Amino acid sequence: MNQIPHYPQISISLTINGTLHELKVEPWVTLLDLLRERLLLTGTKKGCDQGQCGACTVLVDGKRVNSCLALAVSRDGAEITTIEGLAQNGELHPLQVAFIGRDAFQCGYCTPGQICSAAGLLAEGHTRSRAEIREHMSGNLCRCGAYTNIADAVEDVLMPRIAAKEAAE
Amino acid sequence: MSVGEITHIGRPTNRVDGRLKVTGQAHYAAEYPADDLLYGYIVGSTIAAGRIAAMHLDAARQFPGVVEIFTHENRSKAAWLDRSWRDEVAPPGHPFRPLHSDRILFDGQPVALIVAETFEAARDAGSLIRIAYDVDAHCTELEAKRAEAYVPPEQRSGIPPPPDPRGDAEQAFQDAPVKISRDYRVNAEHHNPMEMFATTCVFEGDGKLTIYDKTQGSQNAQGYVTSVFGLRSKDVRLVNHYVGGAFGAGLRPQHQLFFAVMASLELQRSVRVSLTRAQMFHIGYRPDSYHTVSLAADRDGRLQSIMHDAVASTSHYEDYQEAVVNWSGMMYHCDNVKLTYQLAKLDTATPCDMRAPGAAIGVTALECALDELSYELGIGPLEIRRINFASKDENTKKQFTSKALLECYSEGAAAFGWEKRSPKPRAMREGRELIGWGVSTGMWDAFLQKAQATATLKVDGTLEVATAASDIGTGTWTILTQIGAEAFGLPLEDVQARIGDSTLPMSPVEGGSWTAASNGSAVQAACDAVKHSLFKQARKMANSPLADASFEDVEVRDQRIFRKDDPARGLSVFEVMHAAELKEITEQGKVSPNLRQMLKYTSYTHSAVFAEVRVDEYLGVVRVTRVVCAAAAGKILNPKTARSQILGGVVMGIGMALHEEAMTDHRLGKIMNANLGEYHVPAHADIEDIEVIFVDEKDDKVSPLGVKGLGEIGIVGTASAVANAIFHATGVRVRDFPITIDKILNAPRPS
Repeated sequence: MNQIPHYPQISISLTINGTLHELKVEPWVTLLDLLRERLLLTGTKKGCDQGQCGACTVLVDGKRVNSCLALAVSRDGAEITTIEGLAQNGELHPLQVAFIGRDAFQCGYCTPGQICSAAGLLAEGHTRSRAEIREHMSGNLCRCGAYTNIADAVEDVLMPRIAAKEAAE
Repeated sequence: MSVGEITHIGRPTNRVDGRLKVTGQAHYAAEYPADDLLYGYIVGSTIAAGRIAAMHLDAARQFPGVVEIFTHENRSKAAWLDRSWRDEVAPPGHPFRPLHSDRILFDGQPVALIVAETFEAARDAGSLIRIAYDVDAHCTELEAKRAEAYVPPEQRSGIPPPPDPRGDAEQAFQDAPVKISRDYRVNAEHHNPMEMFATTCVFEGDGKLTIYDKTQGSQNAQGYVTSVFGLRSKDVRLVNHYVGGAFGAGLRPQHQLFFAVMASLELQRSVRVSLTRAQMFHIGYRPDSYHTVSLAADRDGRLQSIMHDAVASTSHYEDYQEAVVNWSGMMYHCDNVKLTYQLAKLDTATPCDMRAPGAAIGVTALECALDELSYELGIGPLEIRRINFASKDENTKKQFTSKALLECYSEGAAAFGWEKRSPKPRAMREGRELIGWGVSTGMWDAFLQKAQATATLKVDGTLEVATAASDIGTGTWTILTQIGAEAFGLPLEDVQARIGDSTLPMSPVEGGSWTAASNGSAVQAACDAVKHSLFKQARKMANSPLADASFEDVEVRDQRIFRKDDPARGLSVFEVMHAAELKEITEQGKVSPNLRQMLKYTSYTHSAVFAEVRVDEYLGVVRVTRVVCAAAAGKILNPKTARSQILGGVVMGIGMALHEEAMTDHRLGKIMNANLGEYHVPAHADIEDIEVIFVDEKDDKVSPLGVKGLGEIGIVGTASAVANAIFHATGVRVRDFPITIDKILNAPRPS
């Protein structure tokens, strides 16, 4: 990490993938650049740096967010989950398993954002059909064109959850 | 076979790099750490033509954290001759040299590199640079330059010019009873892979550089660096393990590679340079093109004349070329054919190969015209394609090594339900949506390129296969692992592929859909050579159970070499290596095109694409609700990754049909929508059902593996199938791609 002494730095704390980080950052550093360039959590991708492609999607306090549009200092105290934090104790998140099984990626560059976005979608709880998956995942571009496979993968995880929830009700 | 019935070829294996990609552990070019890393930020010109009169850099220089600013006035020394700048796939002309002089050749041309201690400092300082220009007149509008179009004087290597005319196409057109002549336009497209071009140049301190670059060819990019900067080949290693898409944009070295290496050498530190998304629109693009297609047939639908004239854009400094019209001479049988292809110079960057270069636009025009002719004839659009099936390549008079196109038509039509199609336009609707079904043929080369590989069998029985191939999402890691595993009857976990590194055995750039056939066959050849060596060692052993066997009698499987007719008679790999005191056996494999066979044969991949669209009658909104793509592509190594290749091509074809359009303000020579919000590429909501069918096609000549390659074929024919479906739905024929809502609503209503 390169720092320049006379830049104004602001102290923030972020819990990233369960680990508390006490950080000093310049106010203009985005959450995305903080993750990638300073914490070397490069799983979160930069695809446009202007909130149009979704490659940088992470979960901030459980909600999916374009980390390129969030200044790090504005998220002081937040809990951040990145793609590196989705697997638990070496066991892949069901979405990660489904993405592999459905070949829901090719180059892999939009994939962390797609998976984090899908995790956010699951948590939101209002997506109930394939058409809605497509609509609610439309903030995440995939230039390799893996969309149908991504929808399959999300459906694989979402539909049993909906069924289980309905059965419980 | 009695043991370990593992067959890997043809299995829908999950990607071997899948786990790394879904956990964020696959590292792309901008993601390699380096000590004391500096960040470079490129500043682009704001005019399209002219000269830099003055650069005001003081404010930027004083910005905290700025280390250096490079412009044409202080750029370090680089090669003088054009040929030193020419990469493996460069077209004829003078390759662009960043910061070479004060000349501006296109909007967004790099004019300065700011290097700073942080990314933010470099970027922010960049905004403080002020440049005064002497502006020249420019032209970025192809239509305005059509009259000045010319036949490129020097042919681009590997790109066949249009074939000589055959028969008398003009006379035959005059004489034929049914004919059409139409103009089409396919707008320029921009590749826009999700990963932006980036280079991390690690300054190793002993005169050596390790360069992580986004490229489709590690050796092409490494060769460019050594040649431009006069470095020794052994001092420069270029790595591209993971490439976040490219679609052709990474075939040639992009600006950031030059800049990162230049700054690194000059400042003796590691440097990272990334392009911005806007800058991704100022590099090579799929050329803008105009087409005139004239088709004539007899009343039975047999083509009597085909004429296809195309004009495509290039830059002022290079003659970019692709095979645009040649397809019109070989997709269908016709005795009278005239094909012409010209270029027109614009004040833009040189265009660059983009997925199925040439075919993606040329076939689109031809296939729309053929659809129009079918309505003139009153013959179904699928039927007219069957009637005019070409059983050989009539451009070259060569035989196809295989061509299961008729099977593509029939299997695709059956899966789609084509027989239920009502022949008349505007005949199918549901509520306010008009429904249309369209079809198109697709065609792409099945190349085999020179490639080399090594295979290394280790004493523990595991295998490593290596070649300097790239995986841009195509599945190269996976199929090479499968080929190695198949050769030695090993589980995938026991095979390690090594690719994406310029120090590995020679590989062409990853393009043209040739990697599976070329690098795959080289890996197989290397594996065969290792098996031969292993056999030799096994037979030499005292009391060898294989002493009286020939190589054809043995098999290697499950870490054993044994007699096929008596699997109990054999030796373990460990036993053989131990006896020979070897830790490993490494051999090379090479492939190159069979020149003798090429005198008689030629190889292509074929497809039939069926599309359903629903068009809102009042709003003109088009949805592509179903696509079936049936492809004949020889042997399929991995149906899962192969299918993904086709899906991706189809999605990009839908983008070509409906969405992708760079909007240039020609008064400024500037692309006004240089971002992913306004240059729309297909999103989740745009893509509904896509079905992929691989028809059975055996081909023992196309490549040693029988593989044809799939990277391109999915896009070819998709845009035309969608356009033809839109006509069938609405009765409106739009001949200007992309077919946006305004064009549908503004078109004259069908009578």
